[in-house]
Amino acid sequence: MNTVEVENVVKTFGDKVAVDQLSFSVASGEIFGLIGPNGAGKTTTIKMVMDIIKPDSGGVTVLGEQMNEAAKNKIGYMPEERGLYKKQRVLDVIVYLAMLKGMSRRAAEEKANRMLEQTGMLPHARKKIEELSRGMGQIIQFIVTTIHDPQLLILDEPFSGLDPVNTEASMKMVLDLRSQGKAVILSTHQMNQVEQLCDRILMVNKGRAVLYGGLAEIKSKYRNNSVLLEHEGELGEVPGIAEKRVFKNHVELFLSDDTTPQQLLERLLERGIIIHRFELATPPLNEIFIRVAGESHK
Amino acid sequence: MIRRAGFIIVTLIVPLIGILAIVAYQIITGTMEPSVEITNIGYIDEAGGFDNYTKQGNVELVRYDAVAQANEALVKEEIEQYVIITQDYLNIGMINIYTLEKQLEPPPEVTAAIKDFLSSNMLAGKVTDATIGLVNAPLGIVSIRLTETGDIATEQGGYGNMLIPMIFGVLLVLSISFSSSYLLQGMGDEKENRLIEVLLSSVSTKQLIIGKVLGMGAAGLLQIIIWVICAPLLLNVASISIGGFLSTLEITPVLFILFIVYFILGYLLFAIIFVAIGAITSSAREGQQLAPIFTLLSVSPLWFASALIFFPNNPAFIALTIFPFTAPVTLMMRLGITEVPIWQILTSIAVLLVCVVGGLFFTAKIVRAFLLMYGKRPSLGTIIRSIRSG
Repeated sequence: MNTVEVENVVKTFGDKVAVDQLSFSVASGEIFGLIGPNGAGKTTTIKMVMDIIKPDSGGVTVLGEQMNEAAKNKIGYMPEERGLYKKQRVLDVIVYLAMLKGMSRRAAEEKANRMLEQTGMLPHARKKIEELSRGMGQIIQFIVTTIHDPQLLILDEPFSGLDPVNTEASMKMVLDLRSQGKAVILSTHQMNQVEQLCDRILMVNKGRAVLYGGLAEIKSKYRNNSVLLEHEGELGEVPGIAEKRVFKNHVELFLSDDTTPQQLLERLLERGIIIHRFELATPPLNEIFIRVAGESHK
Repeated sequence: MIRRAGFIIVTLIVPLIGILAIVAYQIITGTMEPSVEITNIGYIDEAGGFDNYTKQGNVELVRYDAVAQANEALVKEEIEQYVIITQDYLNIGMINIYTLEKQLEPPPEVTAAIKDFLSSNMLAGKVTDATIGLVNAPLGIVSIRLTETGDIATEQGGYGNMLIPMIFGVLLVLSISFSSSYLLQGMGDEKENRLIEVLLSSVSTKQLIIGKVLGMGAAGLLQIIIWVICAPLLLNVASISIGGFLSTLEITPVLFILFIVYFILGYLLFAIIFVAIGAITSSAREGQQLAPIFTLLSVSPLWFASALIFFPNNPAFIALTIFPFTAPVTLMMRLGITEVPIWQILTSIAVLLVCVVGGLFFTAKIVRAFLLMYGKRPSLGTIIRSIRSG
């Protein structure tokens, strides 16, 4: 059973179609990237999954059932802006929001203290949210999102505005969630993070799905049939190479249709060329996106 | 919310203002206190025959034969003012009063003394002294309200009875405006930092609204309870020092029940409206600009208080009693002045109830449609469209 099952949902606001016939599923133990430019319909989709807004048509099931108030307790949602009561104390905020998710005060307090301790935030438990640094606020937000042990996590731009150290720490937290068997929906437009974290992706543009599937699969589908090479020695004329592009530290070799990368590698080795790097060139997701978005634009 | 410094300050400051008002009243009345000293007023009798009854209460009338003497006495401050009873006074009934003070009109005590002095002298010898006394003070009114059976009613009218409803009106308005501003501030913050989405990922829209309304209500109620607890203490202090009608104040059970009913209904109505405002406006500041329209509406019956005292059953005030936004304050004020027919009370409670329930559904739709829009304010057309479709 998939954790999330979205089937043919449509949502229009006035004349504008925000989400058009979108279908996807998210399994437990995977990080699912919901990507696309601003205004593509990501947030609307997320709100429909959380039952904050209702689709005009189509259906959403979470953990095998239609969304209802009880199912909301199995979802952890982290908004893009860090949504916490600035004037309140850290522990109070965590406990209050955990109780809204159906935890008892006592269980919430215990778990909050344990999680604060694990993250090294216990000394700050009595501080007000506004006294925390951005990175600390992010940790608290993660605790709030996960304290009730949700099966599904929806993270909206979880790394925006974080410095590299905090980004790294946050990414580790997301990966930990996957290893605990949670289903994670990661909404972002930062493609490099998607490449680092996501197992599968759904790319939306103007409310429609333009790419859907495993990340590796998509990347190989869109690869140029070229290899990236860092080498020593003169390359000269090598059969099977249709085009050569020279970059600062490497060259990109585009193969002719009858040549496989394996054959090229053998030919290079035969010529005694010292190879530091030989890599099938997969285009960055960014490039795929621009290409696909461009196509769907036409 | 109740931990906010602003809330605590406002809650405590209202009773403090009450104490200040009592102190101020005492200081002012202290300086105005009728003096027990004898005031001397000079007079020059050109008409003749005004020789007796020169002692009138605390005023002593002193006779002078010439204007020059009277002026001299005036300058020496032996007298405060003097009058000249001219020869044709008995024909024209006019008297000039001369004084060094700048005054709009002579103090009432002085006027009364001169009047009594004149009438007593004119009547002297013609009627008995008792009649003279009656002519000087012919009418001491005691108004007594009867029930339909002819018994003396337990609840008597008067200014004292108006005071309680007035206080009710002011407290309701104060409480609504303070707590609505916290509510709007809170909702604005929640929208700005997207906490509202976190909340809605946990609870339904209706639960959110009810929670907000009850939260605002609870805070407002706490405030009122503190004020109401302070009120008898203040009244005690006040009636010891001020006395008079304040000590005669009494709240009948019916009035008390209506007070509670209207307070709760009025509060709910305004709380629901303010949640809707919080949802439509994009920031706390914008919401607080819109809110006073409704606060002013609730307080508006107080502006017409002077008209309401004389014409409590004017159709305009009956309409205000039934119109939900003005109902609580108008009805309370009318109850203090007149007998309000049962049908008006029941109609007004029914209208309030319908508005509260209807407002809840209406607000739920608005919140669902607009709480999740950021930075853009919906146009009126968008609001109407989405209420239809939402």
